Amino acid sequence: MQTFHNIGLAVAMSSILFASQGFASDYVALPGSNFASVLPAVSNGPKDAALPPAPVVIHAFRLRDEPVTNAEFLAFVTAHPDWRRDRIARVFGEARYLSHWQAADVVGAKAKADQPVTNVSWFAAEAYCESEGARLPTWYEWEYAAAADESRADARGDPEWRNRILGWYATPSNEPLQTVGGAANFYGVRDLHGLVWEWVEDAGSLLIASDSRDQNDPDKLAFCGAGALELKDRDNYAVLMRVALLSSLKAVDTTANLGFRCAKPLDGQVP
Amino acid sequence: MTITAHSAAPLTRSRSAITLLAFIVLLTMFTTASAAELPSDSIYRLDIPLVDHNGAGFHLADRRGRPQLVSMFYTSCQFVCPLVLDTLRMTERSLRADEQGRLDVLVVSFDPERDTPIQLKSVFDKRRLDSERWTLARTEAPNVRKLAAALDIRYRVLADGEINHATALVLLDAEGRIVARSSVLGEVDPVFVAAIRATLSTGARP
Repeated sequence: MQTFHNIGLAVAMSSILFASQGFASDYVALPGSNFASVLPAVSNGPKDAALPPAPVVIHAFRLRDEPVTNAEFLAFVTAHPDWRRDRIARVFGEARYLSHWQAADVVGAKAKADQPVTNVSWFAAEAYCESEGARLPTWYEWEYAAAADESRADARGDPEWRNRILGWYATPSNEPLQTVGGAANFYGVRDLHGLVWEWVEDAGSLLIASDSRDQNDPDKLAFCGAGALELKDRDNYAVLMRVALLSSLKAVDTTANLGFRCAKPLDGQVP
Repeated sequence: MTITAHSAAPLTRSRSAITLLAFIVLLTMFTTASAAELPSDSIYRLDIPLVDHNGAGFHLADRRGRPQLVSMFYTSCQFVCPLVLDTLRMTERSLRADEQGRLDVLVVSFDPERDTPIQLKSVFDKRRLDSERWTLARTEAPNVRKLAAALDIRYRVLADGEINHATALVLLDAEGRIVARSSVLGEVDPVFVAAIRATLSTGARP
């Protein structure tokens, strides 16, 4: 534990240093995989409904090892003033956008430089990632990276690990946010659990909300295609909570606990 | 030539001056009109290049100036997508002729891979859409995502190439603000039509 704590502290300090010097956080490589997601990629037709869903094919990619911090986001809005909270167009972010900062160009005393930036819209998160030659990770990429614990690529079947994650989520949200730099997981990625919710590129694609459906013929009428997705692995509450939260948000929405990190393809090409 | 030029010089100068003045006036009018800032909540703030069913490129913001009926679909859809075009057409036809003449219809594909301009054109012709006011268009995948996000139309590309999507008809005013939306399919939504009428009577600009 002591070792982890010190590593975390060192990483936090170095990230402050990097942020203040304008360096981007590190991206770490994750190998490709056939991954069993809580959201199946193909909706089985009625005759295959009993079969287990096909795994999701995930191509190798790189993921930011930490969420984007206040200091990093401040550097972004300084370089791209259209994204300052006093200039952002309402079509890209609601009124609470960056509302926890002291001013449009000052993080201030209420937020720390190396806390994950929150109160950011999907559009702003996407624009930040584009400024790094990156994009937001897809839901599958995020879920895949977050399935790992410190020593295993997929710890999801371990009840103890599930409980540990749920314990993190039980932390009251009115407590101050921790700073980035938690323990690295199997891939070297930090803070996927226990710190903030995170935007994904296809947050608007997690079609499990039922409010927009027609009452008479829900699947066929409101959704063109094979119908709404069925959630799998219903015991994985921590991940299902993420899906539920993300599917309830619009791209302009912001919350005090919602941040993001970015992803890139493995070869460094622009996605 | 030289003599003519000399004698004509004062006239030419005054003519040039008038031309220049007219040009400046025109230029001022033009820049004032185009530089008038978009409302903060206009979806025309998205910088999205599209290509229409004739293969012609345009920007989303080029639609500014007239109210638009906007929706999203994909042509290979086997389920309710044909209903999206049907419903748009029914909605349009429930308006008076003079109202129809002031409303454009823009339908953007979720599926840039398969919905090439040629494919869009074939659907356009098969459905006998009105080329005066209807546009079927495609844009690259990241832009599809942004446009769908701005219109709040949910969709998901499945591994087998099918696309699950919510269906919505969205009414934009002349400045690109979302005025109304409807998810009623296969029949005319009277509340939505009333919103279109109200927008056409107040929102149309010269």
